[in-house]
Amino acid sequence: MSVTTGGMEKPKVSPLYDPRIRSIAYQVLLCAIIVFLIYSAISNAAENLQKARIASGFGFWENTAGFDISQSLIEYSTASSYGRAFWVGLLNTLLVAAIGIVLATILGFIVGIMRLSKNFVVSRVASGYVELIRNLPLLLQLLFWYNAVLKALPEMRDSINLPWGSFLNNRGLFFPQPVGQPGFNAVWIALLIGLIGSIAFRYWAKKRQEQTGQQAPVFLVSLALIAGLPLVVFLAMGSPLQFVFPERGRFNIRGGVEILPEFVALLFGLVIYTASFIAEVVRAGILAVSNGQTEASYSLGMRPGPTLRLVVVPQAMRVIIPPLTSQYLNLTKNSSLAVAIGYPDLVQIFTGTVLNQTGQAVEVVAITMAVYLSISITTSLFMNWYNSRIALVER
Amino acid sequence: MKRLLSLAFAAAVGLTASAASAQTLNTVKQRGVLNCGSNGSLAGFGLPDAQGNWTGLDVDFCRAVAAAIFNDASKVKFVPLTAKDRFTALQSGEVDVLARNTTWTSSRDTSLGLNFGPVNYYDGQGFLVRKSLKVNSALELNDAAVCVQQGTTTELNLADYFRANKMKLKTVTFAAADETVKAYDAGRCDAFTTDASGLYAERLRLANPADHIVLPEIISKEPLGPVVRHGDDQWFDIVKWTHYAMINAEELGITKANVDDMKKSDNPDIKRLLGTEGKHGEALGLSNDWAYQIVKLVGNYSDIFEKNVGMASPLKIARGQNALWTKGGLQYAPPVR
Repeated sequence: MSVTTGGMEKPKVSPLYDPRIRSIAYQVLLCAIIVFLIYSAISNAAENLQKARIASGFGFWENTAGFDISQSLIEYSTASSYGRAFWVGLLNTLLVAAIGIVLATILGFIVGIMRLSKNFVVSRVASGYVELIRNLPLLLQLLFWYNAVLKALPEMRDSINLPWGSFLNNRGLFFPQPVGQPGFNAVWIALLIGLIGSIAFRYWAKKRQEQTGQQAPVFLVSLALIAGLPLVVFLAMGSPLQFVFPERGRFNIRGGVEILPEFVALLFGLVIYTASFIAEVVRAGILAVSNGQTEASYSLGMRPGPTLRLVVVPQAMRVIIPPLTSQYLNLTKNSSLAVAIGYPDLVQIFTGTVLNQTGQAVEVVAITMAVYLSISITTSLFMNWYNSRIALVER
Repeated sequence: MKRLLSLAFAAAVGLTASAASAQTLNTVKQRGVLNCGSNGSLAGFGLPDAQGNWTGLDVDFCRAVAAAIFNDASKVKFVPLTAKDRFTALQSGEVDVLARNTTWTSSRDTSLGLNFGPVNYYDGQGFLVRKSLKVNSALELNDAAVCVQQGTTTELNLADYFRANKMKLKTVTFAAADETVKAYDAGRCDAFTTDASGLYAERLRLANPADHIVLPEIISKEPLGPVVRHGDDQWFDIVKWTHYAMINAEELGITKANVDDMKKSDNPDIKRLLGTEGKHGEALGLSNDWAYQIVKLVGNYSDIFEKNVGMASPLKIARGQNALWTKGGLQYAPPVR
């Protein structure tokens, strides 16, 4: 009570009964207990490890791994170190999580809006999808997709020939690998210029619309800048790009880009599963926007498309973003189920093979937990920033 | 689930005090049951049937340990473990002994805080391929995709072999043996690799076993044996001598069938082994007829070998290196004296 009334003096109380001092004392006590527990757990672990003569420390990081990994985005061979294997696993996890998040968001938004459709068939199909997928365990779905992918595809020697020298079989999808020749960097520079240019143009167009009400063809200009400019540069440089075509070897297909069936199955499973939750989030978000907003928009003469885009969705986003963030985190964490279908993600490589070969469970598990924690925290920080950006600005 | 378990094991290693102290025998006696880390999916070594009855060479080894301690071979709880979880389970005290076709290597023996008992099966790594590939040697496997189980010496030997022979390799790694075999059967890989005994066992589970052959090359030494934690010498002795008792019994001609007659034998070696003379069991912390109980309730080495992996089993593996030293094999036991 900061407001003293009628000049009454605070009665003197013993510090023992002062609620403020009490609450501080309890909090200090609680912190001390937590710190003590953590300390004793760590020292006990260290002591037990030493007593059992189990190797500890992070010396294994530089040792030769000696095992092979089926997919790596960076240079890796059996002679690489455990540390290298860790990065391979981490990148594979990030790859599937990043692509998964983008695709799940797109699919989730489409299904969520479909569920609200006035068309009976469309909305039933969407709600059937959501109810079916949401209620089946993800691991089961992953095994289903993996076996469905593998069983449905032909063996190596009966590969399906796709256009542009691509192959599809139960070893994966193989397509030509584009290799930039000297001069190709100019195309990247053109793309960068195009991107910056289109952002600048959009900014200018928005300002002008606010001032004069005139609309500019933002989409067409952006397309010309982002796609057209690099294309012109590419042709001007004399098409500096070559393709390495996949070729059939005795057992496998060599060269080209290879997409593993394990990756496809994991991506499919994660996207389809997470999208069903995102669809519900989106539906809830849109329903949270009062119908009056739509009616007001219509009465101002806006068509349904711009109404959805400019009035409903921006308001719905405020409701959508927080639960959407937790779906993104779920997708990232669920990617660790890859271990069941042989996709070499962080858990499969690091807490699987590396833990087993080195036997250093405490260190390896601690590192892996720290990694997932940092990925999750980074994702939520970004989403919180985005959330505060789109928050309702009251004028 | 498996990941959760291994996390829990790791936490248990760190948090439970003195899991590895020198009281394993007392703990087991008090509990009244031996916790045995087993392979849950390898015919011939460790496999439960539909009724939950476990069979296998490693399974019978654990039964023999239980027979020596409790005079009752059924007092074993088999804990199925994957290759990658097995050491953590042993380190944390989840199991008392690990008998799961585990290869003895220097790093496992030294840096994992474990001790390897005697080798109860001498094995080596091989390859299984489809006959239709027309491959006659592992050296022709350049560029092949190979399915392998995670957390095994197999995974490392495979990479070494391909590296040493300058061949290209595509491994597809799975955590569980079942998924590895299933993926091979579905055509995901050209070859499947594991210990040779395992290849014969897994081949029986394929859709058409006759379409697959085991290549002649054996690319590694795989001495498989039971494992215990560091720091309990008495327990280590019991595990070692359980195996030696079965070898000695075979060498002396004592079988499950004739062990009661043999008890009347005048041969001093037999008398010492079966406990009618001397106090060799007490020195181990067991009863003096510990070896009698092992042979009576489980059998000698030949009994369990033939029943589980030998000619009396579907695997039909010859004794080979696992014959007694007197018959040109490597199985040899120190004398009881």
